[in-house]
Amino acid sequence: MSGTILVSIYVFVLAMFTGFEVITKVPPTLHTPLMSGANAISGISIVGALVIAGMGEGLLFSVIGTVALVAATINVVGGFMVTDRMLRMFRRDGEAS
Amino acid sequence: MGTNELIIQLAYLLSAILFIVGLKRLSSPATARRGNRLAAIAMLIAIVVTLLDESILTFEWIIAGMVIGALIGATMARLVKMTDMPQMVAVFNGFGGLASGLVAAAEFLRFQIGGAPAPSLDAAIAIMAGTLIGAVTFSGSLIAFGKLQGIVTERPVTYPMQQVVNGLIFVAILAAMTLIVVGPASGPGSGVAPELVYYGLWAGALVLGILLVIPIGGADMPVVVSLLNSYSGLAASAAGFALNNNVLIISGALVGASGLILTRIMCKAMNRSLANVIFGAFGQAPSSDAASGEKRTKADVNSVQAEDVAMLLAYATRVVIVPGYGLAVAQAQHKLRELADHLEARGVQVRYAIHPVAGRMPGHMNVLLAEANVPYTQLYEIEDVNPDIQSVDACLVVGANDTVNPAARDDPASVIAGMPIVEADRAKHCVILKRSLSPGFAGIDNELFYARNSMMYFGDAADSIAKIVEEVKQL
Repeated sequence: MSGTILVSIYVFVLAMFTGFEVITKVPPTLHTPLMSGANAISGISIVGALVIAGMGEGLLFSVIGTVALVAATINVVGGFMVTDRMLRMFRRDGEAS
Repeated sequence: MGTNELIIQLAYLLSAILFIVGLKRLSSPATARRGNRLAAIAMLIAIVVTLLDESILTFEWIIAGMVIGALIGATMARLVKMTDMPQMVAVFNGFGGLASGLVAAAEFLRFQIGGAPAPSLDAAIAIMAGTLIGAVTFSGSLIAFGKLQGIVTERPVTYPMQQVVNGLIFVAILAAMTLIVVGPASGPGSGVAPELVYYGLWAGALVLGILLVIPIGGADMPVVVSLLNSYSGLAASAAGFALNNNVLIISGALVGASGLILTRIMCKAMNRSLANVIFGAFGQAPSSDAASGEKRTKADVNSVQAEDVAMLLAYATRVVIVPGYGLAVAQAQHKLRELADHLEARGVQVRYAIHPVAGRMPGHMNVLLAEANVPYTQLYEIEDVNPDIQSVDACLVVGANDTVNPAARDDPASVIAGMPIVEADRAKHCVILKRSLSPGFAGIDNELFYARNSMMYFGDAADSIAKIVEEVKQL
């Protein structure tokens, strides 16, 4: 096992703990927006897709990269927008909608 | 590390920090919208700095992919109806999984047929994990979408030896992965080309995703959707391990954690283990004891008309509304809000009791009622409503069934024993809007319908509520 992978495992485990600590008590009102917002964040694979689509190593890689990029972009753009749309609807008592 | 690389890494660190802060804010109503924007900004930063990467040589494909993806994503996000939100979330999860799986695939094929140096053992394992989780998330999410959209049956699909078949496929996938990572298949003259084994791995993982989700019934979808949400994060993390990219690992882990938290909340709300939800094929058929017991009909219940319900509600002091999936199906949320408005104008205190698993995804009822402009301050968790529910004059149950079934509390032998419920039976009166006496998802009879203080108003929820509103106006 190389040193890099150990560091990666550290990062992963600590990030999981951070996630659990940061999110723990979510009011049910926000279950759906939290899920769709988190889902948009999982579109971070877009970073990998960008490199593959642009590295110019032949048609196969351009196609795989571009399909990945389309999927990730739908996930990111759609996810953040729909979350915002939902959150715009949530209002406290007495607030104008 | 060159200057360029340094800038990229520091910007990724900034993104990761903003994702964490954004998620933190997403878990509180007052700051949620800003939190979501912050996360979007973090994503934008990550995308922009990635474009500085020196290995990116051409931009045609990138521009095409991003434009197409952004157009599709934005159109879907703008047009989707709030009632269709569960399938929307499922589909987005699927795209996230697909993207991560494909990133892993490209990483594998680069060395296999692209001539890049072979990945280290760790990276190869990460590639396999990313492929498996990504593909399972993709096909599983599509089936979940199909079920929620009504394209695939909502009933659990079961067949003999189901777990054995799934188990065998999983073992075959593990074998293929091992073969690719360490096996002789990577040497010359070993017979099967590793990329063929890899394509087989994809096929197996896609099939596994389908088979894992088809036996799960409609009302268990909140668990499935949250679990797939978690998977989409873990797939991104695995891709991050393969690319040795920390921002992927961190963001993926955050999403994985948030999905797991939601999954746990949903399981607790049904008093069932995750294994039972995934493998239990719950709600498969109307259970036999419901059929064998004395068959009760509409003659056994106190069936009422709009006028009676209107009288009860209008002259009540405290009303609690219990919405369920039937409210979403009937699209009656706006009518319900109108009724609540009329009641409040008469001085009635109206509250909503939201069961965590009501509907088809976590928070489904909250989104539905928010769309109808119900302030979230009127929505209460069941543990806030139950303690003094005996002082509630009328409990109005709209399209809910198992979540108000007193058997969960009273009958230790019931299939839903121990599941937290809204104790509607303890309110002074209970009005149930429902099409028929048919059992809910759990397939069992509901004693609440036959209780002395219960009234059943049969019909489509939207029509029924509209009639009640008309009657209330005339009082």
